[in-house]
Amino acid sequence: MTLHPRSEPTLSIRDLDIGLTSGMPLVRKVSFDIAPGQVMALVGESGSGKTLIGRAILRLLPEGIRQTAGQIRYQGKDLSAVGTQEMRRLRGARIGMVFQEPLVSLNPALRIGEQMAEGLRLHRKLSTAEIRERSIAMLRRIHIADPEGCLSSYPHQFSGGMRQRIMLASVMLLRPDLLIADEPTTALDTLSQREVLETMIELTREVGTSILLVTHNLGLVARYADETVVLRRGEVVERGRSAAILARPEQAYTRELVEALPQAPAVARASPEGEAILEARDLRLSFAGGGRFGLRRVRKPVLHGVSLAIRKGETVAVVGASGSGKTTLGRAMLRLIDTDSGSLLYHGNDIARAPDRQLRDFRRSCQSVFQDPFSSLDPRMRVKALVGEALRHDAGLSAREKTLRVRTTLADVGLPGYEDRLPHELSGGQRQRVAIARAIVNQPELIVADEPISALDMTVQKQVLELFDKLQGERGFACVFISHDLAAVRQIAHRIVVMDHGEIVEEGACRDVFENPRHEYTKRLIAASPAIEAATMATRELPNREIRI
Amino acid sequence: MIGFLLRRLLAAVPTVLLVSVAVFLLIRMIPGDPAIVMLGEGANDAALAAFRSELGLDRPLPVQFIVWAEHVLQGDLGRSILLGQPVSTLVLDRLQLSAMIILLAVAVASVLAVAAGLLAAWRQNSLTDVGIVALATAGLSLPSFWIGLLLLFVFGIKLSWLPVVGYVSFAEDPGQAWRFLVLPVLTLVIVEVGVLTRMARASAVEVLRLEYITHARAKGLPERTVLFKHALPNAFAPTLTMIGIVIGALLGGIAVVETVFTLPGLGRLLVEAIYGRDYPVIQGCLLVIALAYVLVNLVVDLLYPFFDPRIGLE
Amino acid sequence: MRIRAPLSLSLRSLIGGFLGTVVLVAAILSTVWTPANPNRLNVTQRLSPPGGEYLLGTDEFGRDILSRIMTGAWTSLSLAFLIVCVAIVAGSTIGLMSGFFRGWIDRVVMMLNDALLAFPGILLALGLVSVIGPQRYGIVVALGIAFTPTTIRVVRGTVLSLRQREYVEASRALGNGPFYTLFRHVLPNALAPIAVLATSMFGWAILLESALSFLGLGVPPPAATWGNMLSAARPYLASAPWLSIIPGACIAMSLLAVNLLGDALRDRLDPRMQGA
Repeated sequence: MTLHPRSEPTLSIRDLDIGLTSGMPLVRKVSFDIAPGQVMALVGESGSGKTLIGRAILRLLPEGIRQTAGQIRYQGKDLSAVGTQEMRRLRGARIGMVFQEPLVSLNPALRIGEQMAEGLRLHRKLSTAEIRERSIAMLRRIHIADPEGCLSSYPHQFSGGMRQRIMLASVMLLRPDLLIADEPTTALDTLSQREVLETMIELTREVGTSILLVTHNLGLVARYADETVVLRRGEVVERGRSAAILARPEQAYTRELVEALPQAPAVARASPEGEAILEARDLRLSFAGGGRFGLRRVRKPVLHGVSLAIRKGETVAVVGASGSGKTTLGRAMLRLIDTDSGSLLYHGNDIARAPDRQLRDFRRSCQSVFQDPFSSLDPRMRVKALVGEALRHDAGLSAREKTLRVRTTLADVGLPGYEDRLPHELSGGQRQRVAIARAIVNQPELIVADEPISALDMTVQKQVLELFDKLQGERGFACVFISHDLAAVRQIAHRIVVMDHGEIVEEGACRDVFENPRHEYTKRLIAASPAIEAATMATRELPNREIRI
Repeated sequence: MIGFLLRRLLAAVPTVLLVSVAVFLLIRMIPGDPAIVMLGEGANDAALAAFRSELGLDRPLPVQFIVWAEHVLQGDLGRSILLGQPVSTLVLDRLQLSAMIILLAVAVASVLAVAAGLLAAWRQNSLTDVGIVALATAGLSLPSFWIGLLLLFVFGIKLSWLPVVGYVSFAEDPGQAWRFLVLPVLTLVIVEVGVLTRMARASAVEVLRLEYITHARAKGLPERTVLFKHALPNAFAPTLTMIGIVIGALLGGIAVVETVFTLPGLGRLLVEAIYGRDYPVIQGCLLVIALAYVLVNLVVDLLYPFFDPRIGLE
Repeated sequence: MRIRAPLSLSLRSLIGGFLGTVVLVAAILSTVWTPANPNRLNVTQRLSPPGGEYLLGTDEFGRDILSRIMTGAWTSLSLAFLIVCVAIVAGSTIGLMSGFFRGWIDRVVMMLNDALLAFPGILLALGLVSVIGPQRYGIVVALGIAFTPTTIRVVRGTVLSLRQREYVEASRALGNGPFYTLFRHVLPNALAPIAVLATSMFGWAILLESALSFLGLGVPPPAATWGNMLSAARPYLASAPWLSIIPGACIAMSLLAVNLLGDALRDRLDPRMQGA
């Protein structure tokens, strides 16, 4: 879709300033236009101010933050001059907004039918029957199996992805001219992300709605957005057609973002030969669910006979959607949960049922790094105590040697001199580094990393991945890297294992799996990962390419 | 939904059982011959012997409990040593008055608290908010017996608007009866509205921060609708639990207010029984009040899904 | 994220601290000195209003109210303190063990605790008092036991959520034994909620002890407690209202101090607790 320079932009923002009422500026001199029917991406990491801009358009800024200067024009009309009543008429009817968190985007106390009907009742003169008809038609449009049932159900009865699509549907029922989508898929896994975004593009294209897509994910930008505005700390860094920005970023920061997209390694990494350090054989686990007083003990199978061997120095990536069992597998391999059956061989010895006492050596040499940098570190302990705790069982070292070891390890992970800090003084990326330090200080043979980078900004993700790579090169530990993000693991994995519903559905060398996926599920995962496409695009010159799918 | 109802009712059964066992054991812990304990010092030997055989005091303890439970289920809670009347009649009589005062007070306090809490949360950090929280905090620092005395002093003595002592029941004279209830209910409202307001405010603040509220505003809904249709049902659920707890606290603490206003309620009956070592009455009151509390909690749990559909639809 | 009461931290702490200090000083002071002998009968000067020789007036036996208020403060505060100690120590120990180790011990503890929680707190206290009998340390035991189930529930709840935290799992992954993890990682992070509970409980203890005294089931006379002073003042409500107003005002003042300081404590501990 090409732009008509003479038609009025749907949204026009000039020199927008947003700041705290106490004075501190958060967004400075932001300007951009969105043409009718166009998709504009607002890209930035945390603290860039992108969410605030989206909210400022509808005057929904949080308490204590306000627009201090500049103009927001909707179809030529200056929104700051508009009264409260008129603003309410615009909201929903002309400008719609969808939000990030599927858990709280829909009111849990009201039925879905009621929430969908509200907007229509307010802005249009329709009878109850007509509203119901339209709602059902819309739900059918987004492929909801039982639309009538859905209307009388409550939000919590649906998954996160479906809730986002329902919210989209209810906003699009009003056929607004502009849709502000504030990180609509961040909290979802890869496959759900794709479904939600496809739905969004479909519905908006029908009506001709423009979209302002606020996101930190460059992959989405590559796939869906015509134009992009890159923000950093409240200021516009670069602006232009998405394809151009990805292929030829002009500014340093934009280059950094583009380079943070995970690349395929130039040379295929081959798994090292050698004996297996840890081998899981036919692990089976089911969780008991529901039923009180022993009534209805439903056992939900979580691991269906999974076998996996990890060799010395090898990085094995375990990927899958949420609920695939990958996290459970990681915990089972570390004996953090006990399986119902199957064996776990550590250097040939089965430790699947060994009591904790006998696992000392095993625990020392098989460490873990977890997902949530906010809760994996005890908030009351200083960094040196957190890292030093791993050396507690090491009788062979004196106190002084331990302190020295802690210090050198911290330097190795890029945090020299951070010994006396407390966790809440560190950023997410820094906390993960501390967690990594804690894992490697004991010179382990194997590290199980469970989604260690999902909660971090893209540039920080790249730094942490590179750190992993470097440390592995220096120290030679094996790694089980659990993630739902295929693109990220491509960079560092020797072997990839794909899991779905508690089973391994595909396994192979990294390059093989990416270039020749065999299983249906693997193909879907690869197709759904926008970052891969973006990275591919970024490495080629793309003067005239259409980017709509 | 039916499943949830049934399951919840089923879950109450062991609680009722345990409560009965606890009350039974508590009274058995009194040192001395259980027969004398329950019939009083002045009972004659024949009565003591009859009591012993009827309740099986020579049998092992679990059997005694079953015998006792049978009696309770038939409505026989023994006889008051001091007053001579059957305990069950006494207790049920007095329960009516206490229950009426408690329910009335909690209803009024809840309405006020939810309104005030919602208002404070909506205008968070404004002067209104500060004022409401200050009043609430002051309210929950006031002992009920003191407030009762003060109110009695002001309205009963100085202004003579309301009676100071005595009581007339509704059955006898409805026109006069309410006058005896105003001050006790007012006392309880003052004492409980504080804690309920703070709870309502806290949960309302939590809810107003959530995305579906912004979403509702983004649809263009007027603020009134956002507050009452979207925020209130979600914010009310935790307050409902608190209301249950408050009723429980009042079930125990109403003794104090009844003493101040000399009302013939269940609390005062219990206190006087403790004074006079009237163990059958003590046992009866404990049992009835505890079971009433179990019932209150059950009702709260059953009402919960109406405000938070996530519970109850499994 | 915690909801802060809107008054600025310092104002609340100031008022709470001031009131609390007044009561505390009066209480401690009374152990060595009071303006007059609180038990000395002085029938000729009974029921004299505040002002004049006796700063707060005299009661129906001519005893100096101010002195009795002071000793009453000591009684209330010391009893409340002991009660809180009993409940917190007993409840936390049980709650920690039960919540962390789970298994059949936890199930048994939960069952018993739920049974006790089925009784409103005051009722449990009344029941225990009726068995133990009203005497000073009997009150401590009775009320301490009455508050223990709530403590167990709060502490167990805290421990249940803490043991889900990744740093607890990480400790196990490092090879640490369960007791080490419990005392090094779980307990220190549970102290904040326990401290908050303890301050609230201190207030409840003062209130409950006064209520029991008021009903005549508390510390026996001639000991002066605010509760039994109020009880004795009832017949003289019309003629000597100050007898009713003053002791009650003291209770209210103490409770207000506890509530304000408790709020301040909660707000201060919370952001650090979350650490984000």
